[in-house]
Amino acid sequence: MSPESAIQETPAAAAAQEMVNDFSIQVATVNGSGSQTANLVLVRSLFQMGIPVSGKNLFPSNIAGLPTWYTIRANRRGYVARKKEIDLLVAMNPETAKEDVLALSAGAVVIYDEPLKLQDLRGDLIFYPVPFDKLVAPVCPDAKLRRLVRNVIYDGVLSKLLGIEMSELEAALGKQLGKKSKAVALNQAALKAGYDFADTNLPKRDRFRAERMNATQGKILIEGNAAVAIGAMMAGVTVVTWYPITPSSTVCETLIEYMKQYRLDKASGKATFAIVQAEDELASIGMALGAGWAGARSMTATSGPGISLMAELTGLGYYSEVPAVIIDVQRLGPSTGLPTRTAQGDILSTAVLSHGDTRHIMLIPNSVDECYKLTMAAFDLAERFQTPVFVMSDLDLGMNTWVADVLQYPDKPLNRGKRLDAGTLARLGEWGRYVDVDGDGIAYRSVPGDGMPTYFNRGSGHNSRGQYSERADDYTNTVDRLARKFETARQWVPAETVDVEPEARIAVIAYGSTHWAVEEARDQLRQEAGVKTSYLRLRAYPFTAEVGRFIDGHARVYVVEQNRDAQMLGLLKLDLTAEQVGRLRSVRYYTGLPIDARSVSDAVLAQERE
Amino acid sequence: MATETPAAQTPGKKVNRIRLDVQAYRGGKSTLCAGCGHNAISERIVEACFEMDVDPQRVIKLSGIGCSSKSPAYFLGAAHGFNAVHGRMAAVATGAVLANQHLVAIGVSGDGDTGAIGAGHFVHLMRRNVPMIYIVENNGCYGLTKGQMSPTADLGSKLKNGVVSDLPPIDLCALAIQLGASFVARSFSGDKRQLASLLKAAMAHRGTVLLDVISPCVTFNDHEGSTKSYAYVKAHDDPLGEVLFVPYFDDIVVDYEPGTTEVVTLHDGSRVYLKKIADGYNPKDKLAALALLDETARKGEFATGLLYVDPDRTSFTDLLNLVDTPLSLLPEDVLRPSREALDQIMERLR
Ligand SMILES: Cc1ncc(C[n+]2csc(CCOP(=O)(O)OP(=O)(O)O)c2C)c(N)n1
Ligand code: SF4
Repeated sequence: MSPESAIQETPAAAAAQEMVNDFSIQVATVNGSGSQTANLVLVRSLFQMGIPVSGKNLFPSNIAGLPTWYTIRANRRGYVARKKEIDLLVAMNPETAKEDVLALSAGAVVIYDEPLKLQDLRGDLIFYPVPFDKLVAPVCPDAKLRRLVRNVIYDGVLSKLLGIEMSELEAALGKQLGKKSKAVALNQAALKAGYDFADTNLPKRDRFRAERMNATQGKILIEGNAAVAIGAMMAGVTVVTWYPITPSSTVCETLIEYMKQYRLDKASGKATFAIVQAEDELASIGMALGAGWAGARSMTATSGPGISLMAELTGLGYYSEVPAVIIDVQRLGPSTGLPTRTAQGDILSTAVLSHGDTRHIMLIPNSVDECYKLTMAAFDLAERFQTPVFVMSDLDLGMNTWVADVLQYPDKPLNRGKRLDAGTLARLGEWGRYVDVDGDGIAYRSVPGDGMPTYFNRGSGHNSRGQYSERADDYTNTVDRLARKFETARQWVPAETVDVEPEARIAVIAYGSTHWAVEEARDQLRQEAGVKTSYLRLRAYPFTAEVGRFIDGHARVYVVEQNRDAQMLGLLKLDLTAEQVGRLRSVRYYTGLPIDARSVSDAVLAQERE
Repeated sequence: MATETPAAQTPGKKVNRIRLDVQAYRGGKSTLCAGCGHNAISERIVEACFEMDVDPQRVIKLSGIGCSSKSPAYFLGAAHGFNAVHGRMAAVATGAVLANQHLVAIGVSGDGDTGAIGAGHFVHLMRRNVPMIYIVENNGCYGLTKGQMSPTADLGSKLKNGVVSDLPPIDLCALAIQLGASFVARSFSGDKRQLASLLKAAMAHRGTVLLDVISPCVTFNDHEGSTKSYAYVKAHDDPLGEVLFVPYFDDIVVDYEPGTTEVVTLHDGSRVYLKKIADGYNPKDKLAALALLDETARKGEFATGLLYVDPDRTSFTDLLNLVDTPLSLLPEDVLRPSREALDQIMERLR
């Protein structure tokens, strides 16, 4: 193609420039219309064809009736962040169809329900009308079921248009619907109806195509919350307490399923765990702490509003040194906020949750793999440091579908921390609950029923022996030791990942699910603007000393996060010198949609040009 | 001191079947006001545990916040204790019992701790029938924060500052019976015999025991009809209501026969009417228990004794069908599923 023709690009000309395994699909439906199966089947088919893919559900806080969108991104280079531009729109929702079409960029494709008559809205798009009702009637004689299988027709249409293999769609349907053979048959008929319709009526005019490749072999499709659940089970959790809240509920719901399968005593059929749906978050953290104090591995899962309710007991857990794991799947606040939209908005409040001087260990996964690994790590750290430990996931990670490597069986035994036993007691000679024997701020603990000396766990002032005390020096000694313990944690929490680009003057710091947009944005900056960047990804609070060194090596460092107030930047400031703080810039994104690469690269370039 | 194992028995002292003397069941020195009903309750817990041969190391004592909630520090010094936050003991105790259902859990709470801030957890503890003894040291006021109104204060009763309770009281026993607690009793802190026998019965019960103990607050318990005899304290009270002087009072002791009513005059001159349930009373009859509570409340009396018991109700830990080994003591090979289990999960996600 000549440079000239590229300048006068028209939709027709664009069609010539094929986009293989590089497109985004957005399906606009009505919440509750059963489109989830159709969407997941599409994601799974692309996955089975070896194409890196991600599916993100942008749904309203509503059970049925409101507009909902599902975006699928296929990308041969492995970019899985949300893409701002939609390449193919499947318009099924009359209420949003017009607006959705108007928002598209030139050259995009619209597959739409024929009666919506969208074809005249714009001249720079490619329209494919599909008479869904007419197609569904013959394949599904039972009118009541039509609504459910109607959506699968667009899978069939996309199969023909994009070249997604029918056999993979059928296999995916089977996997999705499992043993429900009647449903499988109905859906397969609908799939075929869509395919046949497209075959005879929709000559291909667009440039997007899916082609088998080999990037997903041996991988799995999983949601972050399921990975957290598996991590918790593999970490040996025994007491799980929770109170339903989107987007965290599926952590415990999934965990219940797995625990029933894998954590029943073979001989007796009895449970080696207790899972309790509590009366509220105050109770869930209360129970988790009670169990943690009594020596069980315990956890709860919640989201921002629940974290707020847990504040007081978390402070007790910190000060009286009781382990528990708290999974925070973050969403937009305030309560109820936008409960089905993603955010990283609890970072600051969680780091110092509660009254008095408190600091909490937070682990921040960026992927489903880290959801698994850091959840396991959280249990070890909670017991090692005898304190509540938070895993800061978010809705994007937790409730969306990700391609991941197979989760690996843990290679280390459980770390139960400094538990007193007869040998240790003999070695110590004398035991006091809060005596810092080893100088790392961490004392030895006994638990009820273990036959070791007992103590009285209290939030009121106490000395190193755990006795009630209101003495000034006892209080300062206690909280200074807690600070020391927090310092020790710097060496034990998962360290930052660092990618230093030689000669890069600017750098990016990010964390959690933001990672995927940042990776892609760095490529955009390099390829489109010739800007090289280094990258440090935070994985935990407290930070290691590496963060300061990394900042020292760069002129400007962009801290990218999904909240309004640059919360992580605020936390970083507490650890850095004024000179280092002076190098920090902030990139924030807080629409509730998962952050996209373009928003990052544009923001960085804009500030670089200032 | 709390961090020590039970004291060896002193020669010549009476010991129980596990060879501990009563001293081994005591705790730290009480910092509550002399004459406070809560102290008498601690004493009874000490005796009951001694007489029931309870191994202090198998006991966990839990509480919320309040004068009452301080008391676990004053009994069973050799037991593990957890002084939680205001109103949250029920939740913490539930978690601890799940971690190790073989422990004897004794919770102590106040009427404010239980009936106000902790009402939500209280309700659910009873509903779950968590195996534990939940004692409410009920003084109808907030002691530790200096005399505010509690939700169990009688309608029309007065605070020191003249504030009148204009809401009906919550009857924690009636509530517990309705919610499913399987052992519900009421007593009076000064009724040594009754309280001790109820505590001993409680220890033999598997399920939630609610023991609501009327426990006068000598410093702030200013019920209707009181005032005069408090002249001394009042005269020494400053305008901000700070307590400048807490008088010394002896414990109130009562002893009366089943089926009779006893009028107890408290240190401040106010009176409580205690009606001990008669010998023929059938505590398995839920409706009769509720009717009795309703009837006595109308007359301004407190029915005392074992009001309701359902020995057959499944406890929460039994309901969860837990393995016999406490969850807290399970070894790693039980806690972490096998490599094959993970492989199987992964296979399904491919
Ligand atoms: C969250 C919280 N709110 C308020 C308080 C203050 N506070 C301490 S004890 C108490 C009331 C205790 O009354 P009660 O439970 O009846 O026990 P008593 O002192 O009478 O034995 C209150 C309100 C607190 N400690 N925590
Ligand atoms: S203030 Fe009342 S409840 Fe508190 S210790 Fe004194 S007498 Fe007992």
